[in-house]
Amino acid sequence: MTVKRKKVTSYQKPWIILFLAPALILTSMFTIVPAISLLSYSFYSWTSFKRTGWAGLDNFQKLTQFPFKDDFVGAFQNNVLVFLILFLTQTSLGLFFALGIYRLRKGKKFFQAIIFLPVILSLVIVAFMWKLFLDPLFGPVNTFAMQMNWQWLNQPWLGDPNMAIFVLIFIGLWRWVGFPAIIFLAGMNSINEDYIEAARIDGASELQIFRKIMFPLLAPSFTIIAILTFIGAFEWFELPYIIGGVTGQPGGHTTTMALLFYRLAFGTIDSSTVDVGLSSAVGVILFLFVGFGAAIGSIYLRRREVQQ
Amino acid sequence: MSAPNKSAATLPLDIILRFGLVINATMVFIPLLFIINSSFRSSSDLFVNPLGLPNSFDLTNYKLVLTEGDFARYFLNSVIVTFTSLVLVLFFGACAGYALARYQFKWNNFFYLFFLAGLLIPAKLALVPLFIQLKNMGLLDSRIGLILVYSAGAIPAAVFIFTGFIRALPIDLDNAARIDGASEFQVFRRIMLPLIFPVMGIVGIYSAIPIWNDFLLPLVFIRDNSKMTIMQGISVFFGEYGANWGALFAGLTLAALPLVILYIILSGQFIKGLTAGATKG
Repeated sequence: MTVKRKKVTSYQKPWIILFLAPALILTSMFTIVPAISLLSYSFYSWTSFKRTGWAGLDNFQKLTQFPFKDDFVGAFQNNVLVFLILFLTQTSLGLFFALGIYRLRKGKKFFQAIIFLPVILSLVIVAFMWKLFLDPLFGPVNTFAMQMNWQWLNQPWLGDPNMAIFVLIFIGLWRWVGFPAIIFLAGMNSINEDYIEAARIDGASELQIFRKIMFPLLAPSFTIIAILTFIGAFEWFELPYIIGGVTGQPGGHTTTMALLFYRLAFGTIDSSTVDVGLSSAVGVILFLFVGFGAAIGSIYLRRREVQQ
Repeated sequence: MSAPNKSAATLPLDIILRFGLVINATMVFIPLLFIINSSFRSSSDLFVNPLGLPNSFDLTNYKLVLTEGDFARYFLNSVIVTFTSLVLVLFFGACAGYALARYQFKWNNFFYLFFLAGLLIPAKLALVPLFIQLKNMGLLDSRIGLILVYSAGAIPAAVFIFTGFIRALPIDLDNAARIDGASEFQVFRRIMLPLIFPVMGIVGIYSAIPIWNDFLLPLVFIRDNSKMTIMQGISVFFGEYGANWGALFAGLTLAALPLVILYIILSGQFIKGLTAGATKG
């Protein structure tokens, strides 16, 4: 901004401090300081919530050894799977729905409101709702499948170790697809109509217009959705926690990094098995991975955005 | 050739797109309607015929949830925590945004970056240090502890939105008030606050919805049943009434209802508020 701001007078100084102090104090005490503490915690060994000694990189090393290695690798693989599938399905479906709403003559507001409705619901509600909905004995899906005698639909959706994570991803998609749809729609609405008109007059088909004009101009929306999906997928917690429990049932097949991180610090009733150092190490890795991943991703994706 | 105006013709493409939208709307509504429908049925009825309709408009489940489920208390706790956090975020966020936007002091850029750092750190990951810190401060099992952590988490984003908005406002307004003898705080309260009122709605929704919906922080910080929030309460309720399906459905409906009603009234603002930051302008 080029608004000219005058130098601060000595009378104004105390006011500036007063204006800034509450926000600064809260943010440092409950965000910045705990984040720095997290880093330091990962270098110590702990007994319950008491620090017992310097551990160097032991906590990080432990994660690569038995018995934690399998948990850690399994959780990481699940997060990658969640990200890849959610990213592909969310972006393509989001784009599809956004184009649908964009081309509507009537009822734009109505469909916009419906597609965004699951986004405002708490994940807790979404998770419990689907847990009941997909219950193998009394849930409507399996009951309906049984009545119709459709074996393909009559599956233990959340109980099958090979399927559970994909069903969780589907629930995540149900909850979140409205978000990319609305972002893409906002991107489409900001495209200058003249370009589209001009292409139509030149005889371009609607699909060509979408591919050659709209799609490239939606790159900024694409960047934001990619980054937010990445962060969201690697911090996946509520959905697997409520549906699969803290150990990622069935058989640990729905465990995630955030779940592992929570489990190591708070997840056991017996506080002697709590390992704060190990949990902090997972937290630090997750934080660095998400931070660097998002930064590198946004630099790379921004570069391919075109200006209107 | 296709018509010159996109609103003039319905192409095969439009039919596919609209079909998709209708399918999606159905997918959104079916589970929600199923929950509401089942909340009016008894558990025995539900187990015999899960797909049926209610026999009568039976409120037994709701009565049970409201009398035995402590839902009124959970709900009140959530209102207290969300509302207080929101007031802190809006007021302190606006104050800090005003200071960063209007005064060219030495540390201005540093503080701006400081809030940016705060914006990038997810409170989720600092859970263990926060837990120990709150424990030492005697703020575990306390709504104040939750309020402080939530406000701190939401303030950086609020500061950014306010700073950006205030920078775009003409500074002559402030100076005119100063010439008229207004103090710095009066300039803020009388001139700035009314002007930034429209942005408050966006910042408010952006901050309040994730707080209302949050589950992880109370899960770790609150053990005392009388201080639990609604989302934590519903998970406790599911643990205790696992076999009483009618009650579970009624509980879920009650937990979702307040926000859904607000959304039906204010869906435009909700969409704008929750996508703030992801869409420019």
